[in-house]
Amino acid sequence: MTEFLATPIGTLILLVLETLAILVPLLVFVAYATWAERKVLGAMHLRKGPNVVGLFGLLQPFADALKMLMKETIIPAGANRALFLLAPVITFVLAMIAWAVVPVNDGWAVAKINVGVLYLFAISSLGVYGVIIAGWASNSKYAFLGAMRSAAQMVSYEVSIGFVMVSVLLCVGSLNLNDIVLAQRHVWFVIPLLPMFLVFFISGLAETNRSPFDLPEGESEIVAGFFVEYSSLAFGLFFLGEYANMFLMSAMTTILFLGGWLAPFGVEPFTWLPGPIWFLLKVFACMFVFIWVRGTLPRYRYDQLMRLGWKVFLPLSLFWLVLTAGVLMATGWVPRT
Amino acid sequence: MQPLLANYLPIVVFLAIAMVIALAMLFGAILAARQKPYAEKLSAYECGFEPFDDARRRFDVRYYLVAILFIIFDLEVAFLFPWAVSLSHIGWFGFLSMVGFLGVLTVGFIYEWRKGALEWE
Repeated sequence: MTEFLATPIGTLILLVLETLAILVPLLVFVAYATWAERKVLGAMHLRKGPNVVGLFGLLQPFADALKMLMKETIIPAGANRALFLLAPVITFVLAMIAWAVVPVNDGWAVAKINVGVLYLFAISSLGVYGVIIAGWASNSKYAFLGAMRSAAQMVSYEVSIGFVMVSVLLCVGSLNLNDIVLAQRHVWFVIPLLPMFLVFFISGLAETNRSPFDLPEGESEIVAGFFVEYSSLAFGLFFLGEYANMFLMSAMTTILFLGGWLAPFGVEPFTWLPGPIWFLLKVFACMFVFIWVRGTLPRYRYDQLMRLGWKVFLPLSLFWLVLTAGVLMATGWVPRT
Repeated sequence: MQPLLANYLPIVVFLAIAMVIALAMLFGAILAARQKPYAEKLSAYECGFEPFDDARRRFDVRYYLVAILFIIFDLEVAFLFPWAVSLSHIGWFGFLSMVGFLGVLTVGFIYEWRKGALEWE
């Protein structure tokens, strides 16, 4: 068996299995994230949420998927057909492939590349393409406005996310996601870098177009923004991609600040749970905050959004980056690499 | 294959499988559902009115300005990545050089701020 796995075919089969072992649970979690969101929002509004299809409405995601599958795929007459169909594929694929480098336990990433953070940063930057291609190809005014807003918003907050990532790197001295988690054995970075954690999480909300920064979709002003013309599973791909991006943002928060798969304290009752379970618990906690924020805060105005991104987060994260580097230098705590 | 490149093989596999899933969903829906297009259904959505003139029209120049600012700051982040990882090797000289570089960019940023490039009303 081990000889077979060393051959090229064996390696490939193993890789495909590893990939499916990440993607299949991910898609199930994404499907249930939509259910969980409606349940949690329902509870916050003092209603029940989905409760008809299956026990506690647990079959609701499957009913939704089936419904979307049976809908007609409408391609507007004025649209660029190829680009129109390409955009949801781009969004979905980018949300999926980022997971190749995410370590769910010590050394459990499928692709153990040394520049994991850079890869995640690059993939999340590419996410804007799906949005802007969708808005452009639809040839609809709402879609176009939504895409412009979304692109500007995503690139604005990406700069702060970059600065936050760099300040974490300063404390680790490595771009490897595995090393970043292991560097938090003694203290999670959320404690020394608390302001950066807040900037990162709020920027993550903006980056994934989530409430209170859901202006690209803004139902009450531009209907549904960049995907107003989409129907059927083409819309479904956007939907899945968006929720997968939320999961990705939660996973990045977990890895960079909340100690990845590490237990909160390295002592007995906490270490009984295996690493992947801790990882999942932390990701789910972040996802809950995403939904909680949506149930609590009203939507930002566009000028407020841009002001927060450029005039608050950018100077703050830049200042904190230099401060972090300065403190590390002055105290001689710069990690040896 | 070189070991460095072999590290990236799983990403290619991921890409292929994700593409297959996405295309299967997209074309599965087209095959599964009855397609019955007609002119009104295929027109762009504009709250029930007939769509008038092309949607690809002029847009606010500030979006363009944001894109330019983004390029500057994203490049800055690209410079910071290797600097952050190698800080232990380059010491105070490296640290102060980067502070100087950031200082120059900050001056430019303050200028933009004062000029009102970041104002949205």
